[in-house]
Amino acid sequence: MTSTPEPLPLTMPRTKMLRPSRFWQIAEPIAPPLSWLFFSLSIGIPLILWALISNSGWVEPLFLPTPQQVGRAAQGLWASGDLPKDIVASVWRISVGFLLAAIISIPLGVIMGTFASIRALLEPIIGIIRYMPAPAFIPLLILYFGIGEAPKIILIFIGVLFFNTLMVMDSVKFVPKELIETTYTLGGNRWQTLFQVIFPYVTPNIIDACRVNLAAAWQLVIVAELIAATEGLGRRISVAGRFLKTDEIFVGLIVIGIIGLAIDLLFRLLLRTTCHWASK
Amino acid sequence: MHLEVNHLYKRFKIRQGSLLVLEDINLHVEEGEFVCAVGASGSGKSTLLRLLAGLDMPTTGEIRVDGIQVTGPGADRGLVFQSYTLYPWMTVEQNVGFGLKLRGVSRAERQSRVWDYLEVVGLSNFAKAYPKELSGGMRQRVAIARALASEPKILLMDEPFGALDIQTKEDMQEFLLELWERTRKTIFMITHDVEEAVFLSNRIYVLSARPGSIQREVIIDQPDQRHHVIKRQQWFLDYKDTITDLLRGNTSQPFIVA
Repeated sequence: MTSTPEPLPLTMPRTKMLRPSRFWQIAEPIAPPLSWLFFSLSIGIPLILWALISNSGWVEPLFLPTPQQVGRAAQGLWASGDLPKDIVASVWRISVGFLLAAIISIPLGVIMGTFASIRALLEPIIGIIRYMPAPAFIPLLILYFGIGEAPKIILIFIGVLFFNTLMVMDSVKFVPKELIETTYTLGGNRWQTLFQVIFPYVTPNIIDACRVNLAAAWQLVIVAELIAATEGLGRRISVAGRFLKTDEIFVGLIVIGIIGLAIDLLFRLLLRTTCHWASK
Repeated sequence: MHLEVNHLYKRFKIRQGSLLVLEDINLHVEEGEFVCAVGASGSGKSTLLRLLAGLDMPTTGEIRVDGIQVTGPGADRGLVFQSYTLYPWMTVEQNVGFGLKLRGVSRAERQSRVWDYLEVVGLSNFAKAYPKELSGGMRQRVAIARALASEPKILLMDEPFGALDIQTKEDMQEFLLELWERTRKTIFMITHDVEEAVFLSNRIYVLSARPGSIQREVIIDQPDQRHHVIKRQQWFLDYKDTITDLLRGNTSQPFIVA
């Protein structure tokens, strides 16, 4: 006879099962109606709190203007043509700087990810430059390019270029080796493998890297406009700050948030329409 | 001789010195033959297949296909991996036609060949489907069709059914046999599954482990019509036992060994 271990003390529940939950499920989606509810709460609650606090008179309007004041300021800026001009100026700088960075960083990142030789050649220098904060280049850029559009666009360009290159490079790591080797045994050469297998495979990751780094471009355009600009959303905010127009600061911040969210959604849409195979 | 391997050695560098993975491998596969190499894990069988495919280079020794020495991967040696290696952004049709596309075959020519091979693997109805919509067995059939569509001289298979459940595996074995009987494509397959090897092949190379070397060559005297019921017949079980014993290192039972 073998001795069996003593049973656990009776105070410990023997048959405790995980209770079902609609709210706390791990690694499971929540129901769509619930999802929409939370979406509206996420934006609605801060808005309502803002309206309540600012209208209650507890806080000085200089620190926290009411939504109505901000709305009126937005109308005024829009009607005078200042706000459209600011939006166009900022969006233009981001578009040009980001596009130039994307045109270089995407092929460069794919090539660095694909060929260990190119990676060994370029990764050290890019790795160092990446850690230099892009705004720290502003004095140099002003020295080299003056105070026109060029230094602002170049600031965005260098701020995006290195991060995007390294993120694209990293995504190439996830191309299964068997997929590349299969291509060789089907008679593919290295260039065909690069353009027809590696590139399509990492396209969803490239789109995602661009989406993330576009957010960084927004940070930089605002910084660039704080230094020297006649128009732009960052310029608008710094001017409003100088004249203590808190409502206009809010207008600038909210407009940036909305444009950023719109671009983010646009990229998600692009991902879903061009790379439907990558979705689960 | 169609495929021949002479005095092949493969050594891998490891932290302390080097590790001999394959030792003096000599084998040959004739045109139209179905040959398996069976071995336990550690017998270097995957390494052997990679060398045949040209994805890795031998330390010494040579591999020749129709007399030409293998110096790298090429379309004359099709390869089917165990893992699913379909291109996820391509439809079944595009996957099967990809080898032809890489070699510059025109779209029209490609289309008709792709349809032929989809017919062969019984997936005509799934031409427009994406890999993620297919079951494991179907994916492997697409991978086989893709390898065949490039019309390789020899088809190399690395445990192609290793990831499938037992029923699907048996279906795929019968499917592969049928395909082989119809096309008489030369096939060299590696597997650890002795039953699979006996069922499919004309000849088996039994590999020993650490370092991998060829222990025996066993000729399988097969009936023409093979159905998986033969797996229960005595002659089949005898082959299976003999090879299993060889793999275990128990060679006390002499049998029909070439």
